[in-house]
Amino acid sequence: MPTDVERWKSEVYGNEIREHLLEFAEQGWDTIPEDERDAWFERFKWWGLYHQRNGQESYFMMRIGTPNGVLTPGQTEVVAEVADEYARGPAENPIFGNGYVDWTTRQSIQLHWIKLEDIPEIFEKLESVGLSTQQACGDSWRNIVGCPVAGKDKHEHVDALPVAMELNETFKGNDDHSNLPRKWKVSVTGCREGCGQGDINDLALEPATKEIDGEETKGFNIRIGGGLSRNEPRLARDIDVFVTPEQAAEVSGAISALFRENGDRDNRYNARIKFLMDEWGAEKFRNVLQEEFVDFELETAGDDLRSEYSYNSGYADGGHSDHVGIHEQADGNYYVGLDVLVGRMGVDDTKELARVADEYGSGEIRITQRQNVIITDVPEEKLDALQDEDLLDHYSPDPHPFMRGSIACTGTEFCSLSIVETKNRQVRYARWLKENVELPAGVEDFHIHLSGCTASCAQPQIADISLRGMKTRKDGEPVEALDIGLGGGLGENPNFAEWVTQRVPVDEVPGAIKNLLANFEERREGDETFREFVARTDEEDLAELVEPEETSYEDPMMHNTKRTWYPYAEDDSMDASPAPTHGDGTPITSDD
Amino acid sequence: MSVSLRVLDDGAWVSVNDAREVSVSELWRLDDPSFCGCELPDFVVENILDVGADGRTISARVYGQCIACGQTGVPGWVPVGRLREGEFVDIDRERVVLPVRRGDDDE
Ligand code: HEM
Ligand code: SF4
Ligand SMILES: [Zn+2]
Repeated sequence: MPTDVERWKSEVYGNEIREHLLEFAEQGWDTIPEDERDAWFERFKWWGLYHQRNGQESYFMMRIGTPNGVLTPGQTEVVAEVADEYARGPAENPIFGNGYVDWTTRQSIQLHWIKLEDIPEIFEKLESVGLSTQQACGDSWRNIVGCPVAGKDKHEHVDALPVAMELNETFKGNDDHSNLPRKWKVSVTGCREGCGQGDINDLALEPATKEIDGEETKGFNIRIGGGLSRNEPRLARDIDVFVTPEQAAEVSGAISALFRENGDRDNRYNARIKFLMDEWGAEKFRNVLQEEFVDFELETAGDDLRSEYSYNSGYADGGHSDHVGIHEQADGNYYVGLDVLVGRMGVDDTKELARVADEYGSGEIRITQRQNVIITDVPEEKLDALQDEDLLDHYSPDPHPFMRGSIACTGTEFCSLSIVETKNRQVRYARWLKENVELPAGVEDFHIHLSGCTASCAQPQIADISLRGMKTRKDGEPVEALDIGLGGGLGENPNFAEWVTQRVPVDEVPGAIKNLLANFEERREGDETFREFVARTDEEDLAELVEPEETSYEDPMMHNTKRTWYPYAEDDSMDASPAPTHGDGTPITSDD
Repeated sequence: MSVSLRVLDDGAWVSVNDAREVSVSELWRLDDPSFCGCELPDFVVENILDVGADGRTISARVYGQCIACGQTGVPGWVPVGRLREGEFVDIDRERVVLPVRRGDDDE
């Protein structure tokens, strides 16, 4: 039987949602008939609006899709202005204030506390500079990710940016591909470092070379079915297909059509293409694609560059593991990657970022999958002055490894699936670790990713230390807890973390990391990396090395933060919630 | 009076008559000795899979784990609330022991 969601999608979905959205915005949130709310909130996702959790009714998270993470000159300023004007909530976040921008792990932008009534103005502002929220959530082509320095990188194999942009133009708002069985995440990589993280996407185009008619041709190999969610992480599988840049859109469309026709619409838990791949295997997948969806003979895979991949790999193989720092571009200018702790930047800082990018670079900003930003096109003679800017004191091109390696998802602050508080907690962890823990000599990359639940938006399974939201009891009381996993990473031989220790109370996690690092230092052979150390150590021995412990770290958010209307409000009880509210923020009362 | 029951946001909620009533991340005491070795599994709800009504009792099938022993999986149908004159009435799921019903007679 088709699900409710499929039924709603079959009634209204895709582009046409927009006119309804604008009409409800005009009339006010409370004019959505009560018995249609579930259906409309599901549909609004397609236009980038995701209703926030309980206690925050009538407020939305809004996602802006920035293909390949590129913000062209002028766009960052508009994002900051929109956040300043419309993304302010009824309560303040103690670390980030009120009004901030989240740079996300899929190179997008997320704003919170958005009112439906403001949508027409917000869309107008965003669209005036070519930004859009279309398909940022929902069951369709999501924001296309890739190497954020595509087209600038000195060593890249192919410039994949035109391909990513062509896919974006072809499949955004495309009625044939707007109603898929589930989300569709695409990655296009042309560089040698694997920054597109294709392995964890539904469809990955990866740099390759193939001899065609006696000529060395540059293009992409195709992998299918990666993804991290729901205790069922999968690496994308090689389907033995090579495409030239010219064929990329056609073949990608064919694969999306295959998913549209064959994905499971009866069960959303089984709908992602990774499960179809489980069922079919790569060979059948290729055969069906060739026979039913493509009109020409597909090439077999070419030679890939996976042995050179360094991004998020946990290996010290000379390539980069992220984009933080100052790097020369192919044109002789420089790009400067800034570390944004847990990806969140206040509106004033975001305005500064736009100004600084304009003054020293071309005005362009690029977003990375490690929740950081890059200022591109900086001439060498401006580098010193750029580094003197105050902004770079807070968002450093040369941060402490614990700052640099931190990623965190949305968590109980806004997200309905969450089990624990995340972003603020990861900031507290990183600061405490920086003050209290020595990293073994020479360790400059050390990644800690915190996700509030198994959906894995912070990509926990591909970090040195993976943290995932759980619950436990401590002294009889329920408290927030984290599962701890070790040794995940991408690179030539990607693998997911082993979950070695379960349900550690959140106040004992920093102690656990401290002890673990001390144990690593003691047992380390030569200058092996943490991931290498984990790979050669037994799982049982690893569990013993974790040793959770209370320390000077204190956690103010041990209680059930999901039971609050907003964890940081002075009166955080559900009853104290102002929501739902009118467009102007005043509570909607029953006698309205 | 008919009641509309559904699971929303890919397993985050039970919605009753278009209101979000039961959320993941709660900690439930289950009376379900067959789920794990524990006498009363101390169960954290990670995903809601299904919701149904049996008379006036609203029950859900959920994925999660017992935090005492670590067993993961899906227990039987867990009561999460009641209907009174068509209105959803919460039960204090984090405090009371919830009697789990096995079997598939309620599909
Ligand atoms: C069924 C529900 C969800 C699932 C299965 C899910 C899963 C994921 C996964 C696996 C990723 C990143 C890894 C990748 O690149 O593939 C991701 C990205 C992300 N998710 Fe979720 N997620 C869900 C709901 C949510 C919700 C409700 C929120 C917040 C309100 C959220 C916030 C994010 C963010 C901030 C990112 C990076 C954003 C982007 O650019 O798309 N997710 N999600
Ligand atoms: S990982 Fe879970 S808690 Fe974090 S944003 Fe994703 S769905 Fe929410
Ligand atoms: Zn790259």
